[in-house]
Amino acid sequence: MAERSFAAEVQTLRLGAGAVFEGEGILAVTKALLQSGVAYVGGYQGAPISHLMDVLADAEGILNELGVHFEASASEATAAAMLAASINYPLRGAVTWKSTVGTNVASDALSNLASAGVKGGALIVLGEDYGEGASIMQERTHAFAMKSQMWLLDPRPHLPSIVAAVEHGFELSEASNTPVMLMLRIRACHVTGRFVAKENRRPGFSAADALAAPSRDYGRIILPPSTYEQEREKIETRLPAAQRFIQERALNEFVGGDVTEVGIVLQGGLYNNTLRAMELLGCADVFGASRVPLYILNVTYPLVSEEWVKFCAGKRAVLVIEEGQPEFIEQAANQMLRRQDVNARILGKEVLPIFGEYTVDVLRTGIGAFLDQWAPQARAVGEGQATRKTAVSPEAAAKLAALVPARPSGLCTGCPERPFFAAMKVLQKEIGPLHISADIGCHSFATLPPFNMGNSIMGYGLGAAGASAFGTDGGKRAVSIMGDGGFWHNGLTSGIGNSVFNRHDDLTVIIDNGYSAATGGQDILSSRATNEHRQGNHSIAEAVRGIGIKWVRSTSTYDMRSTLRVLREALHTPERGPKVIVADGECQLNRQRRVRPLVRKAIEQGKRVVRERFGVDPDTCTGDHSCIRLSGCPSLTVKDNPDPLRSDPVAHVDNSCVGCGVCGEVADAAVLCPSFYRAELIHNPSLWDRFAGLVRSGVIGFLQRRSERRRLRIAL
Amino acid sequence: MTERPFKLTIAALGGQGGGVLTQWLVDLAKAEDYLAQSTSVPGVAQRTGATVYYLEFFPRAAAERAGREPVMALMPVPGDVDCVIASELAEAGRAIQRGLVTRERTTLIASTHRSYAIAEKSALGSGIADSDALAKLARNSAKRLLLFDMEATAERNGSVISAVLLGALCGSGVLPFRKGAFEQVIRSSGLAVEANLRAFEEANQLAQRADGSFTAAAKGAPLPPVPATARTPALQGLLERIHRLPPAVQAVVLEGARRAIDFQDGRYAALYLDRLEKVAALEQAGSVALLEASARGLALWMSFEDTIRVADLKTRGSRFTRVREEVRAPPGQLLGITEFMKPRVEELAGTMPVAVGRWMLASQRLRRLLSGATSGRQIRTSTVSGFLLLYGLSGLRRWRRGTLRYYEENARIVAWLACIGSTAAVNYPLAVELARAQRLVKGYGETYEHGWRSFQLLLQQVPVLEPRSDGGAQLALLAEAALADEEGLALRGALLALHAAAPARQVATA
Repeated sequence: MAERSFAAEVQTLRLGAGAVFEGEGILAVTKALLQSGVAYVGGYQGAPISHLMDVLADAEGILNELGVHFEASASEATAAAMLAASINYPLRGAVTWKSTVGTNVASDALSNLASAGVKGGALIVLGEDYGEGASIMQERTHAFAMKSQMWLLDPRPHLPSIVAAVEHGFELSEASNTPVMLMLRIRACHVTGRFVAKENRRPGFSAADALAAPSRDYGRIILPPSTYEQEREKIETRLPAAQRFIQERALNEFVGGDVTEVGIVLQGGLYNNTLRAMELLGCADVFGASRVPLYILNVTYPLVSEEWVKFCAGKRAVLVIEEGQPEFIEQAANQMLRRQDVNARILGKEVLPIFGEYTVDVLRTGIGAFLDQWAPQARAVGEGQATRKTAVSPEAAAKLAALVPARPSGLCTGCPERPFFAAMKVLQKEIGPLHISADIGCHSFATLPPFNMGNSIMGYGLGAAGASAFGTDGGKRAVSIMGDGGFWHNGLTSGIGNSVFNRHDDLTVIIDNGYSAATGGQDILSSRATNEHRQGNHSIAEAVRGIGIKWVRSTSTYDMRSTLRVLREALHTPERGPKVIVADGECQLNRQRRVRPLVRKAIEQGKRVVRERFGVDPDTCTGDHSCIRLSGCPSLTVKDNPDPLRSDPVAHVDNSCVGCGVCGEVADAAVLCPSFYRAELIHNPSLWDRFAGLVRSGVIGFLQRRSERRRLRIAL
Repeated sequence: MTERPFKLTIAALGGQGGGVLTQWLVDLAKAEDYLAQSTSVPGVAQRTGATVYYLEFFPRAAAERAGREPVMALMPVPGDVDCVIASELAEAGRAIQRGLVTRERTTLIASTHRSYAIAEKSALGSGIADSDALAKLARNSAKRLLLFDMEATAERNGSVISAVLLGALCGSGVLPFRKGAFEQVIRSSGLAVEANLRAFEEANQLAQRADGSFTAAAKGAPLPPVPATARTPALQGLLERIHRLPPAVQAVVLEGARRAIDFQDGRYAALYLDRLEKVAALEQAGSVALLEASARGLALWMSFEDTIRVADLKTRGSRFTRVREEVRAPPGQLLGITEFMKPRVEELAGTMPVAVGRWMLASQRLRRLLSGATSGRQIRTSTVSGFLLLYGLSGLRRWRRGTLRYYEENARIVAWLACIGSTAAVNYPLAVELARAQRLVKGYGETYEHGWRSFQLLLQQVPVLEPRSDGGAQLALLAEAALADEEGLALRGALLALHAAAPARQVATA
């Protein structure tokens, strides 16, 4: 079960025509899919569209009522391949994933889909993970659209526009027989707003209809000579059809303005922030009325030459606001306009940064520079807004950086992966540094303090593959990390199978926390929780044995001694060949969500329950913080030293402790210090508990009072 | 002049309920007939990192008059934020760092409590950011500043910080919404309504009274005053010796002497004073720096954490009470305590008479045998058997002077004091830093050994530093470097720099 439940919110998906829908962007996308008569949906989770997958999973009942098939796909490639259903049949399909990483994974299927072309509308909803909050390398999805001739929608981050983009996307796809990508930036996925709903539509054609009367066309198969014909079709038929549709249906928007000698062309997704920047510059109002004419590209690929010519003709200069690099739109604009002898000067990356997120601040500076040069009269310096500047000077910024501590993301309180990486740290103290090939997942955080571990990250599930070059050389064995999510996504074949086939002599550790945890705790093949719609409980250890691994060990991550033992064995054993350790420990976020209500209930019902939590004795703690450097648990923090003779703060376990036991394990396995203790709070004690408690407190109390008296006898 | 949206930024930590608060505010705006838009960038920041939520509000009536909806931005703009609410003091600092708080327009509402970042917590010494400086920064940056401890408010009411933030927003009066409407969104959410409403109300009132005044609690525990008479008359002699020392150091020396008694006995406290009186004779006129640093360092060193000491501290009644408080066990609740003590062969040998201990350490076979037997011992101090084991161990105190560990530590202390003694006359500042460097020697096991190695490296520099006028400052730099990282990289670098610079200096002075 996912971290966030949308069980209540998905009820809004049932809203009928005329009702006002209120909620998050992602929920609006789902509603728009249903309003469009989508027949099948799939995808793979990952920020910023994880919640879209969660919404779809929570809405499965509603989807089924409408006859919509939903899959939590094994990977983005699987999801993309699913769109094959739209090649031969008038079935509308939609898939979703995080881009560009997911699009990379899906590329093979996408290229083939784009070449074959589609009969039913095929929509790919992409969470463009770019700018602040992104967790991946910074690239543009735009390039995929260009290379495969797929269309790219980049609607205004405004719910009615997003909903319209979904609906138009299907129509555009069908009108031009081309898959359409709809990209949503991080904040747009989470923006809240409202739109007027329409009735949900059952798909007019179903998968059952297709299976009853299969249709085949060799022209849709990716083999020559069809492929040559498909390429011709893309350029000669589908592209003009798309451009016609975009124009006829006015998918792009024009906003008038009185300063007509200049203009601004912008990606739809940047509309709100651009307008705010312009408002701050005094050339637009809060309602979006602009003094400078605007051309808003809700479709950023393909571009429509006629529209550009119409907008730019007669202007001295036009600013193209295009986030990311390379500046494909700016380049294309120059080419289109020069071919048509339109001589407006095109500015883009000249006044705006070549790379990085276009925040309002960045846009304010860039647009300001553009207007200052080309149309200073457009800026009304009325309300003192134009002079508003960034408050922080560079000198002040340096001072602030020293004062405000950085706060990188880290593993959660009680995380099962923490003791594993602590064990790795202890191990490396014993045998020296190791080459560690890291992977994508919560365990990626081990590359950050306090673990600082991992030499490279090559992609989801590619931890083991990333160590291939070190697979057979003698000497110290390379260690690869892989999460259970990445393992099922592709690591089983790309990493484990590869190491078997190529006779590696290395170690892969598969961290099995039971969920696709980093993306929000979605279930996967090896999840142990019961899920009425999915089939889990498949063993990772069996899977790796099945693919040919002979040396497989399992360890509970919370048992550091066992983890260290298997790690030492894996690295020292004379036995050659690829080795796999399955390090098991349930994601604590999920576990707490599951266990907490049960514990509360048991206590209320009068059952005997022992609650554990950890603590540090401040009088034996010397304030060296080696425990924190080995653990880094958020609940393990520091506080002022109560000893007036010492100044360094002492370690301290705060009340968010979930009693996972890692601090004790770490202190023990790393031979740190005797300051940790575990407190066991016994609720609803049994008669024996009470009796033993009385005896203990009697004996212990007597001895404690005795030594207290002795201490009082010699007191200064 | 057209109406502009109200802009609110919430600076929070992942897991603090910023999302819940945002949803409350969106619901609140709707109930109060405002258009609202919220955005956030959750993603990986949700995992304990810093997160920012951003909201804009616009009166529906104004939009209707204009016949158009306002275009709201998706991110806070430096210089264009009406209110920043920070759930933690460093996050307030971060919002200021991002330029979101300005003197012209921003009301900053911030909690004064700290949730330490990993770099602050994992420093070998103290890496904690300066709360007073953060508060001062806030005072200098905001148009209006409201500070109070929101975590304490949440805690007092058994609630969560998101409810406190909502209450603080209400109390600040920055939003044009009725109090009843604020309370209604908490009620409608249906979760922990009573506790949340209590926390909301308290925060609401605190915010109305709050201003920008805040002083961080003084660092370090205060030293108790020096009494005229000793609690035990037999020890009056010791107290009088303390009275004869400069008044500025009496309290710290008293604490040290008490530590020595607590560790061993009155005779040990007398030894402590003997040693200190020798240092007092080296003190420069008008200064107590050397004496002060030596008094602290010597007391800590003389009360080294051997197995006997740990067992003693673990079995005290006051410790049991403290554990109960720390884990919030209500009176009468049964409580078990399990210790994670893992004595190595070194610790066991340290408790033995010198000769036996040395033999134990020398015997490889015994080492192997013992390390197998002692690894992973968890002692349940709350059971009679576990308690007796530790209690018995603490009783070895009376033979402590004969143990190997005592012998070794004592020799180290003597050498350290001798070094201070010989240096003080030649280079007083260096002697002071030498006394202060004792703080490197701390921890257990490997950590302790690492600290001891660093300390020895510092001692070895004394002959080089002694003739230098900046010798003390240089030693302080080396001590800082020793505490910079666990691998000793910074110290190695600092030593290299010191020795590289030394010849050049000599040339210059020649």
